[in-house]
Amino acid sequence: MNGTSVIDVGRRPAIRRRTLSRSLRGGLKGGEYTWAVAFVVPYIAVFLTFVAYPVVYGLWMGSEASLYRELFADPIYQSTVVNTILYLALGVNVKMFLALLLSGFFMRPGWWMKALLLIFVLPWAVPQISTFISIHWMLNGEWGFLNNVLYALFHIEGPSWLNDRWSALGAVIVSHIWKWTPFWTLILLAGRMAIPLEISDSAKVDGATGMRGFVHITFPLLANLYLICTLLSTIFLLGDFNAVNFVSGGGPANSTHVLATLGIRNAFEIAQPRLGVAAVMSALPLVIPLVIILMRKLRTSEVQI
Amino acid sequence: MSLARVSGGSVLRTRSRLRRVLIEVSSLVLVVALLVWSLTPVYNMLLIALDPDEGDIEFEGIIWPPNPSLHSFHAVVTQGYWLVEDFWRQFGNSFFIGLMTMFLTVLIGSLASFALGRTRLRQSWLLANAPLVTYAVPTSFLVIPFTRLMASYDLSNTLWAIVAANVTFAAPYAILILRQYATLIPIELDQAAWVDGASPVQVYRRIYLPLMTPALAAVGTFALLLAWNEYVYQYVLLSSTRNMTVAVAIAQFFNSDEAPLNYMMAAALIYSLPPIVIFYALRRYMAAGLTRGALKG
Repeated sequence: MNGTSVIDVGRRPAIRRRTLSRSLRGGLKGGEYTWAVAFVVPYIAVFLTFVAYPVVYGLWMGSEASLYRELFADPIYQSTVVNTILYLALGVNVKMFLALLLSGFFMRPGWWMKALLLIFVLPWAVPQISTFISIHWMLNGEWGFLNNVLYALFHIEGPSWLNDRWSALGAVIVSHIWKWTPFWTLILLAGRMAIPLEISDSAKVDGATGMRGFVHITFPLLANLYLICTLLSTIFLLGDFNAVNFVSGGGPANSTHVLATLGIRNAFEIAQPRLGVAAVMSALPLVIPLVIILMRKLRTSEVQI
Repeated sequence: MSLARVSGGSVLRTRSRLRRVLIEVSSLVLVVALLVWSLTPVYNMLLIALDPDEGDIEFEGIIWPPNPSLHSFHAVVTQGYWLVEDFWRQFGNSFFIGLMTMFLTVLIGSLASFALGRTRLRQSWLLANAPLVTYAVPTSFLVIPFTRLMASYDLSNTLWAIVAANVTFAAPYAILILRQYATLIPIELDQAAWVDGASPVQVYRRIYLPLMTPALAAVGTFALLLAWNEYVYQYVLLSSTRNMTVAVAIAQFFNSDEAPLNYMMAAALIYSLPPIVIFYALRRYMAAGLTRGALKG
């Protein structure tokens, strides 16, 4: 193969670059650039039609100040903001912390750990709609599985979990944690596995085992990945509709909505699309900084999901 | 343990053995807790689906099926109830959306990642960042303007509208993963082909695609699972029974008062099977796709 000579030359960068640029210009007569553009065109088309245009359209729909006055005066919106903050704070952090701990647990060797991991990722593999509906019925006050178990084991009559704002919101948060902990555990597990063995081995020799090894060796190496996962997870959770919609349905009495479900309720159930867009857009002060930090992080560290 | 080694005292040795036993016991407890935690909602689906009664069901005090029956599965599979009378057609719709999403995501993602990662377009900051921007726009935030647009393109109530939405959100992830994975393939291979006079299309087809197969499989699976999990766009855009997907049909079940729960859960379980099968069949590829990119540099 002729290619071997190119690879050999590759050891000397200056010469390689000249050979390459000559071959590109000579061999392709400048057509490469055109081809490269043609290859990105499908994605650019998707981006412009389905991302850029709707975003601009949405900004235009939600550009009237009076919308926000109406929205902020709405008591449902006020409780929605509180719910969204709680959902983000607890949902993201508890989940990521659990994932961090469990990823360490799954580092243990043995076939049964692998088998356990396969069962552990089941919540992620089962479609959201199926499991969230199941959790909804599980929490039914009269005949739900949870209360049946509580009665069978402890003779406790459990409450109607979804009829109270705080327990319903708690149920949504726990459902979210249940659904997504496996995914982030796998990501962090991959991150832990990518730590070179020599580092953890020499740390052990130096006496950094257990908690100390984690604080001084493992976590500093994982910190960047953990931060990026947290940022991404926050963005994903902000757009999450299914957990709230199926577990609590926004109820009781619209007290457990989050911004995503409230936006869709306003737009499609009470047919006020502009008010829906306004609800969604009121999250922009949070989303924009998140996106900027995330883009910086992803570019500088080359960590990705 | 290091203490025991240093002093060699028997008290310390028993203490370290005790500690080891404690660790084993607590990890066993953790294992059981994880199993219960992971399986309970799935078990609950099965419990309700195996109930033989139609209509009102009394589950008072039941934590396992007293007389399990496959009746509800039979009813769903044979479409023997008005809410499931188009079940297989809806299943086909879900499959169509899933497969099209997968195909288009892999196609668009691989083309774009090839251009962005392996040609002179590499220097284009704007193009490289566009996928990241999408990645950062929450899915259900776009749904309202998106619906308006689909209505103006005359695509409301079509499966293609759903495919478009799914591809929009799956493609950025695909491009990120593929670009990362492509860094493992030596650029010299491409250069050799350029020197031999290969066209970009040939380099893409003969070198890039074959070597990228594991990552393409990971990305395709991801797209399929995304499509299978997606509900908001389907709920908002699909209105006629024949164009509905299983997800929307199950939600309709969920929202109607007199619907038999066992049928609903049977339908939900059948709907869950394809992603579970695909997930476990392709998990090696998924792991490759995830781990290769998870921590670099």
